[in-house]
Amino acid sequence: MNENNTNKKNGSLDILTLAQRFSVPLMFIIICAICIPVSGLSMNMLLDEIVTRMGRNAFLILSLLIPIMAGMGLNFGMTLGAMAAEIALIFVSDWQIVGIPGMVLAAIVSVPISVLLGVFCGKILNEAKGREMITSYIMSFFVNGIYQLVVLYLMGSIIPIKHGAIKLPRGYGIRNTVSLLNMRQKLDNLLAIRIHGVKIPVATFIIIALLCLFIVWFSRTKLGQDMRAVGQDMEVARDAGINVDRTRIISIVMSTVLAGFGMIIYLQNMGNIATYSAHSQIGMFCIAALLVGGASVDRASIGNVFLGVILFHTMFIVAPKAGAVITGDSMIGEYFRVFVSYAVITVALIMYETNKRRQKKTAGQQLAQAQKEEAAGKEGEA
Amino acid sequence: MTKEKIMAALKEFGIPRLIITGFLLLLLIMAPFVGADLPTQISNIINRFSWNGILVLAMVPMVHSGCGLNFGLPLGIISGLLGATLSVELGFTGRFSFFMAILIATPFALLLGTLYGWLLNKIKGGEMMIATYVGFSSVSLMCMLWLILPYHSPNMVWGLSGKGLRTTISLEGYYINALADILRIRIGAISIPTGTILFFALLAFGIWAFLHTKTGTAMTAVGSNPAFARAAGINVDGIRMLSVIMSTWLAAVGILVYEQGFGFIQLYMAPFYMALPAVSAILIGGATVNKATIMNVIVGTILFQGIVTMTPTVMNNMIHMDMSEVIRIIASMGMILFALTRKTEASK
Repeated sequence: MNENNTNKKNGSLDILTLAQRFSVPLMFIIICAICIPVSGLSMNMLLDEIVTRMGRNAFLILSLLIPIMAGMGLNFGMTLGAMAAEIALIFVSDWQIVGIPGMVLAAIVSVPISVLLGVFCGKILNEAKGREMITSYIMSFFVNGIYQLVVLYLMGSIIPIKHGAIKLPRGYGIRNTVSLLNMRQKLDNLLAIRIHGVKIPVATFIIIALLCLFIVWFSRTKLGQDMRAVGQDMEVARDAGINVDRTRIISIVMSTVLAGFGMIIYLQNMGNIATYSAHSQIGMFCIAALLVGGASVDRASIGNVFLGVILFHTMFIVAPKAGAVITGDSMIGEYFRVFVSYAVITVALIMYETNKRRQKKTAGQQLAQAQKEEAAGKEGEA
Repeated sequence: MTKEKIMAALKEFGIPRLIITGFLLLLLIMAPFVGADLPTQISNIINRFSWNGILVLAMVPMVHSGCGLNFGLPLGIISGLLGATLSVELGFTGRFSFFMAILIATPFALLLGTLYGWLLNKIKGGEMMIATYVGFSSVSLMCMLWLILPYHSPNMVWGLSGKGLRTTISLEGYYINALADILRIRIGAISIPTGTILFFALLAFGIWAFLHTKTGTAMTAVGSNPAFARAAGINVDGIRMLSVIMSTWLAAVGILVYEQGFGFIQLYMAPFYMALPAVSAILIGGATVNKATIMNVIVGTILFQGIVTMTPTVMNNMIHMDMSEVIRIIASMGMILFALTRKTEASK
């Protein structure tokens, strides 16, 4: 009887927690369902946009999964990888290496920069355990300062840049936009197929699929298991002989390197680099998309990534148009989608913290209950 | 022994802070040699101190109660902006409009501060990250509202459509220099906005005095050891809420004081990153994540604004490159990073 009761309680709790866990995706499905018909976009156009954006963003968002596995929360420092990729792409376009070889070379050049930045970021985050997210967030601003120092002042004056086309007229520093025209959508167009006017960038999707396989495989390796252990409980992991600090640094380095590759894919799709702004919002949009897919700060899967890309970017495409139709002012929709991106992150962070506190509380209560029972048992024996 | 003491003092002071102070001193020494006009520079620093002081002061109550650095400053700023725009909309002019703006901003600050404090009590331990995003979401929500709200004053709305507020609104005829012109002192090229500084001093003294009352001591106790405070019978959540409300109200007043000096109301995305300079200023002044004094506010604001005003001119005259923006970012963000990596009692 008693057992039955608790079971029932658990059952209803499960539905509640499930509803709570998927409240963000549900909310987005509703927003999209309202906005799509209002915006008046044709289904084909919408599909084409979503497929393009999935190819553009999925790799970047996947790079967020590994630090979550290691219990380090949402890696706002993924921007570091994006900046490494931009520096690499600036070099490659100065060397005038075009097309796929250029992309591969940029990826190779970005790796040492990403690793360097990743190790730096990982070390700082180890000094700030328990507030990784705010630290990695400030980190992205700090490194943005260094990035500007390098790109705006050192490139062309100390670091050799040959071609005037990417330099500012004053002789040093990089222009606000660097054209990647001869790299533009080279990867997307490789093996691309069209179905009813919807272009599917097969090669890009193959690379994304490979990364997914890699992440699945990686989570089963010794290192991946270690990361999970560290994410669950650092103290326990340390007692089990895992080098916690090293494992955490590796997870950040991997995330940074992958974010760098992701940024190269992103920029080849865009066809140009907005030198001083391309990376500034990328972290926020990727994190928002992941959270929209139903991930939380301590749990995220590959499924969340793809659901998130579809829902978030559908909202992103239709919101300005729907906003313009409803209110007659296109700016409202623009502001609306920015607001929603921030609100989603805020809500997810709040849910994560309240859940954490609740779990702590129930754990404490269970402990107290167990102690009480134990004491009662002893008394009974006596 | 003394050497150890010096080393310990240096460690306490912090390397980044040392570098920043040294950098500013270097700038001051260099200034006359590279041909920068020192009196103008000093006048600028004093002016900018008077604009920003209260925004930095708004950090103090929340740091004291253990809520961490107030990255949610934009929320208070929004209350201030609502006060400012409503004061202009309702047709108040001159110096009076400034006091009306504070008066109108107050209920908004109290309301938003209460909600914000209630939220921060729900998520103890994760305050700083959530505060950041509460600030961001509220700024982007207000972006929509600035367009939609039924403002009509021709000095504020877009000329063509007659609705929606402009991004910058001139305060000419309203409260520009409302405080600064009170008892303004001019010595040669140096002009001191005495009124603004007195207003800052008044609020700073108010906070200082408050922190020495019974409630104020309780606030410090909550910040340094919540478990002990609770055992001593202090209403921890209530005290934290009070500190958040105070911070929010100070931010609201702070932005109004900033505007009266600057001469414009800036709307839409302008409040977005306003928390970061204030946070780094108080840290440069010697505060930590869970300890801040009025002295930290004063020293920090002078140092930070000193760097902001001195770097462009000195650097420009010296190497003909304006690297001030980059230096400002690296210095202020480096300072925040440093503070976050310090291990503190409250983080446990």
